[in-house]
Amino acid sequence: MGSVAFDAEDRWNAFITICRRAGHGDGPLAGVPVAVKDIISTAGIQTTCGSLVLKGYVPPYDAHVVELVKAAGAAVVGKTNMDEFGMGTTTESSAFGPTTNPVDTTRVPGGSSGGSAAAVASGMVPMALGTDTGGSIRCPAAFCGIVGLKPTYGRVSRYGLVAYANSLEGIGPMAGNVEDVSRLFSVIAGPDARDATSIDRPYTHTPSSDRIRGLRIGVPAEFFGEGVDPAVAERVRAAIGDLADLGAEIVECSMPSMAFALAAYYVTCTSEASSNLARFDGVRYGPDIVSKRSWHEAYQEHRREHLGKEVRRRIMLGTFALSAGYYGKYYAKAQEARKNVGEDFARLFADVDVIAGPTMPTTAFALGEKTADPLSMYLADILTVPANLAGVPAISVPCGTVNGLPVGLQLIGRHCEEELIIDAACAYEEAQR
Amino acid sequence: MVSESDVAHIAILADIGIGDDELAEFTGQFNAILEYFDLLDQVEESGRSGTGTTNIFRDDEIAPSLPLDGVLENAGESEAGYIRAPKVM
Repeated sequence: MGSVAFDAEDRWNAFITICRRAGHGDGPLAGVPVAVKDIISTAGIQTTCGSLVLKGYVPPYDAHVVELVKAAGAAVVGKTNMDEFGMGTTTESSAFGPTTNPVDTTRVPGGSSGGSAAAVASGMVPMALGTDTGGSIRCPAAFCGIVGLKPTYGRVSRYGLVAYANSLEGIGPMAGNVEDVSRLFSVIAGPDARDATSIDRPYTHTPSSDRIRGLRIGVPAEFFGEGVDPAVAERVRAAIGDLADLGAEIVECSMPSMAFALAAYYVTCTSEASSNLARFDGVRYGPDIVSKRSWHEAYQEHRREHLGKEVRRRIMLGTFALSAGYYGKYYAKAQEARKNVGEDFARLFADVDVIAGPTMPTTAFALGEKTADPLSMYLADILTVPANLAGVPAISVPCGTVNGLPVGLQLIGRHCEEELIIDAACAYEEAQR
Repeated sequence: MVSESDVAHIAILADIGIGDDELAEFTGQFNAILEYFDLLDQVEESGRSGTGTTNIFRDDEIAPSLPLDGVLENAGESEAGYIRAPKVM
């Protein structure tokens, strides 16, 4: 048992709460400072989800993953900034101000786990926990030039993760290199009875670059289609060429369901959000309702004051998509499109071991570039949402830069085959050294 | 297309307060997003039902719950171990 003095200066607004002295125990992560996204519950440490509606909320319990990182000896040194409730691709919708990208402070770090990515990329911490509903680990990992893993749905317990879109989201590791991502993943993966969607698949793997030889890597044309910056596409194509040089076999393929994946994702996540976020009403947690007016009026007043525009927009979109007369047009069709994505993956994974493409269609946006036009921001998620819709694992690993800004190579695997995409990422990373 | 009054109605259903000064902005963004969602009209119904997932059940065993003190600490007002909510009527 010991404690860590955490005196790093936060010039990027990466943290909402910093614990300057954090206790730790013994174990595989003994004394390692770990940052935790502020949507993951930490007993005794304020957990805001980047929202005013939870400002001052101190959870009475630890999330399952927090129990695990503490039991592994890590020191929880703070809670990281994020888009409010994870709703964003830039970390600009945080009620606590935007995080900046340590690579270029005029740029966003990506989102919604932008604080975790910036904390790692700046060297404040070696590893961090993020969450990924539609790309929120992989996007900031790509934009900040670090490694981020979105695990298989269910492989990491969501107990203590404040819910936004339950059927899509999960917790995962972010770090400066593949080995550290693997180390943190080995600590947090495994079953938990308190999450009904948890699966019993612990992770005990040690990354190896040996398995790249003969690995069949599928490259869907749609990952290089409309909206993907040609310079980013070229960089990622070159990275896939490097994997071929290491002995992988590249298989050109197609994923037609991608055409509807983004719409299916946004209908699904806003619908789930409209239900999940009903609980933030100022009664049980966060700032209290001050109004003496009646129930609905008091809630409306409170939520207008304490929830940001993007959160209110998504709650309303979801309420609309689920309303009588529109359910068949939006939600039912979205579930059909979601099934098609899963089937496309199943078809491709019968022939290839891993699917590769860019993580993001562009490099990091300038601060403020997308805030006035939500749809243009949503469109940036097109390459990350398919993995969430299908529940399959995906990793983003840095693959060079375009105009000085990092580009991420995304490797997607079969359900519960994190080991294989981590090995492929490890081989790529090793070859770049 | 949704109108400003549609958006105002949805805001009431969702208990989301919305100001008159915000209506035009929200309505414009709503319509741009809904127009994009119209893509889903092209998705063909397969007739397959369900999500492809199965329910996993467990026995309903009594287990310890969170400590009452810690839970009530975050609530605005409490009384005799209960949380006070705004008046309903």
